[in-house]
Formats: sequence, C-alpha cells, structure tokens
Amino acid sequence: MKLSVAQVEHIAELAKLSLTNDEKARFQEQLSAILEYAERLQALDTSAIPPTATVLPLRNVMRADEPRDSLSREDVLANAPQSEADSFRVQAVMD
Amino acid sequence: MTLYDLTIHEAIDLMQRGELTSVELTQAVLDRIVAVENQVQAYLTLAPELALEQAREADTRRAHRSQSNLDGHAPLLGVPLAIKDILCVEGLSCTCGSRILEEFVPPYSATVVEKLRTAGCVILGKTNTDEFAMGSSTENSAFFTTHNPWDLTRVPGGSSGGSAAAVASGMALGALGTDTGGSIRQPASLCGVVGLKPSYGRVSRYGLVAFASSLDQIGPFARDVRDVAILLGVIAGHDPRDSTSMPLPVPDYAGAITSNGLNGIRVGVPREYFIPGMQPEVSEAVHTAVDVMHRLGAQVSEVSLPHTDYGLPVYYLLAPAEASANLARYDGVRYGLRVEATEGMWGTYRQTRGAGLGSEVKRRIMLGTYALSAGYYDAYYIKAQQVRTLIKSDFDTAFREVDVIACPVAPTTAFKIGEKADDPLQMYLSDVFTLNCNLAGICGISLPCGFDGNNLPIGLQLLGPAFGEEIVLRVAHAYEQATEWHIRRPQIPADSETDPINEDDQ
Repeated sequence: MKLSVAQVEHIAELAKLSLTNDEKARFQEQLSAILEYAERLQALDTSAIPPTATVLPLRNVMRADEPRDSLSREDVLANAPQSEADSFRVQAVMD
Repeated sequence: MTLYDLTIHEAIDLMQRGELTSVELTQAVLDRIVAVENQVQAYLTLAPELALEQAREADTRRAHRSQSNLDGHAPLLGVPLAIKDILCVEGLSCTCGSRILEEFVPPYSATVVEKLRTAGCVILGKTNTDEFAMGSSTENSAFFTTHNPWDLTRVPGGSSGGSAAAVASGMALGALGTDTGGSIRQPASLCGVVGLKPSYGRVSRYGLVAFASSLDQIGPFARDVRDVAILLGVIAGHDPRDSTSMPLPVPDYAGAITSNGLNGIRVGVPREYFIPGMQPEVSEAVHTAVDVMHRLGAQVSEVSLPHTDYGLPVYYLLAPAEASANLARYDGVRYGLRVEATEGMWGTYRQTRGAGLGSEVKRRIMLGTYALSAGYYDAYYIKAQQVRTLIKSDFDTAFREVDVIACPVAPTTAFKIGEKADDPLQMYLSDVFTLNCNLAGICGISLPCGFDGNNLPIGLQLLGPAFGEEIVLRVAHAYEQATEWHIRRPQIPADSETDPINEDDQ
C-alpha cells in the first residue's frame, strides 16, 4: 500500500511536524516501504491472542498521596525558552 | 601496565592495595581521551575538571575508611565511567543527540546516576547517541558520527555507540547505555566489548529520556563480564520513582560468576537466528562459541522461536507508536528549542519540531502517529501487540527446555559509515537478532566471540529469561574465561594533529 502525499501531510499535522516538500516526498516512499514490510503480520491469525502492552505483572502502582519535596521553581524554569512571573511563557491559546 | 586498559575489578584491586589512586587512574583515562578522542569522537560532553574533583573525593574517602567498611558501601570507588547522553546527570548538558535539546541542562540526576555516584564512581562525560536512541550506528546523532575504534571508517553501532566506543578505546573503564531494540548489545558486538540489557523492570528508568516506554532499559558496558556484573549490581533494583521497576531483591551478580564450568547448564541454539544473507564468519564464530560451551560441560540443543521473523515489523510499529506519544513533549514550552512562528501557538509547535528533530526521529514519529491514528489502530498497533504476545510465548516455551539461548547479536560485523544511512529498512535489519529480547522483556548479553577477516569483532548473544541475569552472567563468564577475545584491544592510529608523544599510548 502506498501512502499519498495528502496522507503524509495529514499524519504530519496530527504529529504537529512541519515538513519540507523534499521530506514529504521522502517519507511518502520510506513509510510506504516500511508499512508494506509490516503487512506480513496480517498473515498471522491473531483473533484469539490478547495484545501485550507491557510484559510486567504490575498494574496501577500507587503511592501514598502525601506532599513531597520537588524541584525549585527557579531550577525548573532555568530550561524554559521563555518564562515570566515564575511561569512558562506561552503564546495565546485562544484569541 | 597501561592504566586506561584496566578492567574495573583490576583497578579496584590496585586501589584497595594502595598501588593506584583514583586521580592517577582518572588522569590516565583523560590523557587517553586527549590522544584518541579526535579520531573516535565518542563524547558529546566531557567534564575533566569535575571528574578529577570526584577522583580526589574518592581518594579522600578511601583514605578515611577501612577496606572492609568500604567494599559494601562504595563498590565503584574511584572508577571513571561514561554515561550515555540520554540519561540525566544534574548540571551536565543532556542533548539526547538532538538539536531540540542542545541547550538542555537537567536539574536532577537519573536514579542510575545517583546510584553510581553513591557507589563512588567518577563521571567523565556524556557519550554520543543516535538522536533519542533511534538508530543503529550513531549516524543519526545531530552532532557527529562516532567512529569504530577497530576501524575508523566504520560505525560503532548504536544507538549507544559512544559508550561502546569509549569503553573499547580506553576512554572509560565502563559506561551506561540504553537498549530499546538492541542499542546496548549491537554496539557492544561491533566494538568488541561486553554489554548487558537487563530484563524489563530490573533497572529504574527514572531520569532516562523516554523513547519507547514498554521496551527501554538501562544497562552497562565494560571490557569483561565480571565488570558488567559489578555495574549491574549497583544500578539494579526497585525505585519508587519508576512504577515499572520491579520490587524484587537484587542478587549478588558478581558473586554468581565464580564457577568456570558449565556442568548442568542447558544452552539452546535457535535455528531462526542463522539466516541466509548473514556474514558467514559471524555464524561460524557463534557456532564455535557454542562448541566451547559444550566442552565446558553445557548440554546443547536446538530450539525453535517460530515467530522470530515477525519481530522486526512488530518492533517498528510499537516502538514508533510509543515514541510518537513520548516525543509529543518537545513543544518548545518547558525546555528545549523554540522556534516562534507568526501564525500562533500551533505554528510554533510545528516549526519547533520541524527544525529541532532529525530525519529518523521524524520518520518514526510519522510512522507511530499513523499506526495509532483512527482507522489504522487495530490493523497496525493492536495487531503488533498481539504478535508481541506470540513472540514472548516463544521465549517462555524455549526457557522451559533451556537455561540460556545462544545466538548472534547482529547479522554482520561493523559496516562502513554511510553504507546504510539512506535506507532505513536496511538499517533496521541490523537489529533483527536483538529486537525480540526487548519485546519479550527478557535479558541478554553481548560478548566478544571472534574476529572477521577485517579484524572486526564478532559478538555472541546470550539470552536469559526475565530476571535471569545471574545465569546469563555465569554462562557468559565461563565462556569468556575459556577464550581470549576479550583481552584484545584495538590499535587506534595516531591523529596527525595530536602530539607525537601520545604514540607511546598505542
């Protein structure tokens, strides 16, 4: 199955990735080849097989809901591209 | 005696006897870095002053404590190690091999790094990696490609290629890497060192920058099996900060490798791991290694892992799916690159990610996003998870009959830089023997078992059941002690730009 350029653009939009035209053309070819390779999975009948999301027997690991020390505001904001008034600075989410 | 070539346990013995200080050892390794790093390029960040300060601290600590008191509390006192640049070390840059994190300095250390420091180690710096650990050669690092110390025109493997090359070339006594689909074992094989991928849940992932959370695991590199056992003993164990770390006691791994015989050990050889197209020398070396294990008393039999072939497509759907979710965090808000767009918030997200992430990372985000998107989720993502169940049950069945599985690590020895860079599917095929171990959550080690006609190392892979690290280490150690592959060191040609005095180090 070959992906169309429109499909590549749709996936890029879902992933919030700006792609150049050259990247779109390359990904169209490469993703199609990889997906075609993945088609071999369809040969297996898995209708009775449960999916494995994790190999561990652990489920819903909880801890006590108690306050603990955390990183200082200053340390956390030190890596922010933009910060203001002890907060991360973002662009307007709504007009 | 060349100090930078010492194993960790040799160095510890010398320091305990008062014949070597950590400052001398650390300085010798730093000198070695000056001599060969230009050619190998294993490190993204070097911290020589910090390393020497930690070495002085270690020497002071040793001088003020009795030996018996020291052993249990600081098993790595004064040992210089390297850390893959995808693990957080407080105050040292953590790029993950990506432009998007070029300026990121973590405000805390990973649990494994805290444990190593508590054990007394010296941190030399951060090693090169394929961007976000996605790759098999370090060619996907946004900064530079690491060179294989055995042949500088070849890749060291990846993604933990910097760590493997640093250990192979004497620029660290040991190192940490991460393994999501082979990223410790494959570079260990290509660089002729020992690398262990622990069972999923054996080692805390707190402070590891996430790639594929159901597959990622941190593990050690070193020059022999005993060193790897020592390092694993330090980093393993439950961590309340990682809910996927198993609350199980940590065995005495170094103590598990005392016996050199293999009497009573059952070794399985999977027929699916010897395929047309693999380098004949690799297959011969692995078969010869199995013969050695047989001579040491092991009972050898053929086993079958019938779903082996499906591992590659399963991995390349599941790992990208998990990556596409994990890497959604790089949006230019809290850390990392931000490219401000005029068309507002969404534009900034697109531009930031478009500019900051490299081709392979984008390719996998695209692939994973597609596999998780409406209309394809069942056909790709769920289907792959179902086949993952079959792959895991292949191993469950095999481990009822055998204690360890012996097989190749990679189909070929180190390939040329650039050889596979333009063909992602060919590159993915170099992981074909390592991926299934991660999908099944079991443990595996890579150790040297020969050299090909170009004097390039060949690796033997020993796989064990989940939390079966002791048996894997024991078998690996017995094989290693019966052979001499692990004693060989690469001859790195002197850089024309470095001082001729350094030729003495070769």
